[in-house]
Order: sequence, then C-alpha cells, then structure tokens
Amino acid sequence: MKCQHCEKPATFHITELTEPSGPQVMHLCEEHARHYLSKEQSTPTSLVADHLEKQLKLGQTAEELAELDQQECPVCGITFYEFRNAGRLGCPYDYTVFQKDLEPLLINIHASREHKGKRPTRLAPSADRQAELIQLRREMEEAIEKENYERASEIRDRIRSLESGQSDTSSDL
Amino acid sequence: MDPKLDELAGQCGEWLRGTGPESDIVISSRVRLARNLAGFPFIKKCSPEDRQAIERTVRAKMEKLEQWKDVRYLMVDELSEVDRQFLVERQLISRELADSEGARAVAIDPGEQFSVMINEEDHLRLQVMHSGLSLQEAWQTVNALDDLIEGEITYAFHSKFGYLTACPTNAGTGLRVSVMLHLPALVITRQIDKVFRSLQKISVTVRGLYGEGSQYMGDFYQVSNQITLGRSEEELVQQVSEVIPVLIDYERRARRFLVEESEQDLHDDVSRARGILCTAKKISSEETMHYLSKVRMGINLGLIDDLPITTINKLFIHTQPAHLQKLRGRTLGSADRNVERASYLQRHLADSGPGGAAELN
Ligand SMILES: [Zn+2]
Ligand SMILES: [Zn+2]
Repeated sequence: MKCQHCEKPATFHITELTEPSGPQVMHLCEEHARHYLSKEQSTPTSLVADHLEKQLKLGQTAEELAELDQQECPVCGITFYEFRNAGRLGCPYDYTVFQKDLEPLLINIHASREHKGKRPTRLAPSADRQAELIQLRREMEEAIEKENYERASEIRDRIRSLESGQSDTSSDL
Repeated sequence: MDPKLDELAGQCGEWLRGTGPESDIVISSRVRLARNLAGFPFIKKCSPEDRQAIERTVRAKMEKLEQWKDVRYLMVDELSEVDRQFLVERQLISRELADSEGARAVAIDPGEQFSVMINEEDHLRLQVMHSGLSLQEAWQTVNALDDLIEGEITYAFHSKFGYLTACPTNAGTGLRVSVMLHLPALVITRQIDKVFRSLQKISVTVRGLYGEGSQYMGDFYQVSNQITLGRSEEELVQQVSEVIPVLIDYERRARRFLVEESEQDLHDDVSRARGILCTAKKISSEETMHYLSKVRMGINLGLIDDLPITTINKLFIHTQPAHLQKLRGRTLGSADRNVERASYLQRHLADSGPGGAAELN
C-alpha cells in the first residue's frame, strides 16, 4: 500500500478515533506519519487560537465578536484581538480584564478554572496597585525621554514606596 | 566565544550522565516552573527598560543569596551565536530565549542541575534536570528553588487562577514535567504511533527531539503534562510518573521481540551503524544521531559489549554543531563541521575496543 501523501510505501497505519464520523484509518510512510503526529501536538499559540476560535464561534455573533476584539487592557494596552492572534497576554491584569472570556478558555485547555496547588507566602500587592506600578514605569520612561529628570525621580520614589509597601493585603488581581 | 562556557563544553552535563533509574531507556527528567514578577507587564508588552529592570531586579535579589554564590550568570544578549546555540544544545536555555531580543539572562548552577532563564516567554523559567527517571527529586529541587526566589521576589499570583503566565496554557501551577525517553525498538517495530495515541487520551503530550533542521533525531521522545491548572503539583508529577513505566515496559517488550525474532538482522544493523560512525569521513548531525541511537540500543541489548554507554551519551551532545565548534575552539561552516564531526567520532570510537575504551575529555 502506498502512502496517502507520496509514492513511498505506507508503513504506518494510524486509526483516528476522535473523528465524529467514526474511526478513520490513515496510511502513511514513516516521514509523513511523523509529520502528521507532530502536527497534533500543537504549539501553545495555535492551541490557544484554536480553542478561542471554537469558543467564540459557539457563543457570539459577528458584532459581539468585533466588539470583544476591540476590548483593551487599560494597563498594558493589549486588545483581545491581539491576544487571540498571538496567544500571549500583555500583563497580569489581563486575567481580570478579560476574565469573562478567559474562564471558558481555561476550562477548554485545562478542564478547570480553579488553581489547586502551591501558593506564595508573600502576598502580591492589590491589582490596582500592580496596575499603578506598570503605569508609573511608563510615565517614568516618558519623563526620561523628555529629559524631565526631576519628574522622573519623583516617579521613581513613588515606585519604590509602592514596591516596598507590602501592607496592602488584598492578593487578588 | 565566551571563555566562561569553555569549561562546560568539556563536561557532559547532568542530563546525559547516563546514570539514574531506568537510564537504559529514560535519558532525563526535567521539571520547570513559569513565574512572573508582580508589577511588571508580561514580556510581550515590556519596553526595553522594563526588560532591563526585571533582569537587574532578579539578579540583584539572587546575588544576595548564599545558595547563589557558585552560580554562573550569563547575559544571553551579549553571547555569540555559537555560545547561545551551545546552551540550547545542552538544554540550559530554550531556543526562544536564544533567538529573542533585548535584555535576557540565564543562571546556571555548576553541576548543571538547574538553570533559571530570565525574560523568556515569562519573566522567570526555573528548571531542574536529572539524569534517568527521578521526577520526584527534580520536583522537590525546583520547589525549593522557587521558595528561595519567592522569599525575595513578589510573583504575579491570582487567588483563583494561580500563578499568572503570559500564555494561559501555563497558568495555575506553571509546571511542566518532562521525561526524555529513548524508544528505538518501538520505532523499528512501528508501534510508536499506537503508543502516542494511547497517551493523548490522558492529556500527556509527546514530542520528538528535533535536530539541526527540523527532523526527528535518534528515536528520542519527550513526554510532558498538558494541563497545568486545576491539579496540584504533586498530582501533575504523579500523572507523568505513572505513564513512564508503561512506556518503558512497551519498549523493553519490543526490544525482546526484536532479539527473539531477528537477532541477526538487529546485530547486523547495530554493527553497520557502528561501522559507519567509525569510518565516515564526513557526517551530518542527523545521521550521527540516527546511528548513535542504534549503537546505544545495541549496547543496552548486549550486542556491543566493549563500549560504555557514557561514551555514547557524550557523543550525542559533543557532536552537535555548537559543541563541535566550542571543542574545536573556532567557528566552522556546515561542511567543515561534517568533516570535524566524522574525525571526532573516529577518535572516540575507533580506538575504544576492549581494554582501550577512550575517555572523552
Ligand atoms: Zn509519504
Ligand atoms: Zn494588560
């Protein structure tokens, strides 16, 4: 028997059990079999994109999707569209901003949306405070760029005091 | 080339020591944690200044630690292409860290058991590698390392979603547990696809080990957990741990089958592989992996008894492109590497007959 994709003999016979139409048998040469099998282990980026695509098609109309895509994180500026394409988030605050659409995604990927396991003993500052830190760093860079060093050092002091201030006990982002 | 790395080039590295439980089939066990600093954007949205601030913060905090004093700290952005490739071949850094841009670094312990990548896909990637099958120990080591760092640095953490990572596929524990296996008999008997299938149903992924191009090399496969959220670290380690003995058993049965059914063919195959490695005048890294894999299996089956497995393990790593160049002390083009590789193999295999097993240095 020949390989389905080339002239070489088919030495791998893979039965695909996950197809809804019933078992499907693939006849492939060694090279194409390896290629086929390796494609199945998708990269995180394509994994995220695939899951999101399915999820969004199921739940949203075109207008709703367009609206969702335009949603933007106020802290790092990433849009949902950008995330959907790259499979990477822009900052920790995104888990809060996009929570409504991230939860079903996490369930699709992990079959869970609830962390079970290790927790840091050191509490992170509140989400607002972390967002403020990220924004202050930006402002500082801008001040330096404009050679406004007085303003930059003011911001630096504010960052330092925020970073050292662990008194805020809310650990949720 | 960075002289700090020359010393590493000569040694074998933890994961190819060739010792530890089940080391005839299990090459290495690796456990990694993804972590991000609170108060910074993820790498994708980091400005060059953010990246520098993260790198400096981590370095400054780490340098204070007693456990850190022997650690080799390398700024990856300042390394040559060959040196970066060298660290990838040794699995001390990822290809992504080697190829990205901006401030980024790696901290490596002298025994090469752990490395910490800074500014990879996440701010921190802690990994621990052990030779052979020892996931529990590797997990405990990386957990202790994480505790140590967490004592100094505030991580981005969410009470519901756990450790926050740039990609939601890593969220929760940020834990990836991987075991690298040598499965030549399952490949020869063409059962490897069936094995892949059975594994995917229990959310474990299998990857081939890729070579210079993107070809599979030497029948090596990596098994890892797919899920990171909703299960404890111990449960995830356990999940992968339970699969490995099954794979080992499949491979051993396939090896026995081959010996019983076609010992002569097998012996012929193994001997030819060794012959080519000993006599070739030029040889690619893919071809080298392919034949070294056969020789390695031959040793494990007792078809070759005058070659130590440690020699083969070292040759696997030392014949990789960047290693060859580091050991030679200069950069070499692909054609020159093939000649250099052949002569390197010859020197270390040809005179390794009984009594004269060549020690690599
Ligand atoms: Zn084919
Ligand atoms: Zn954001």
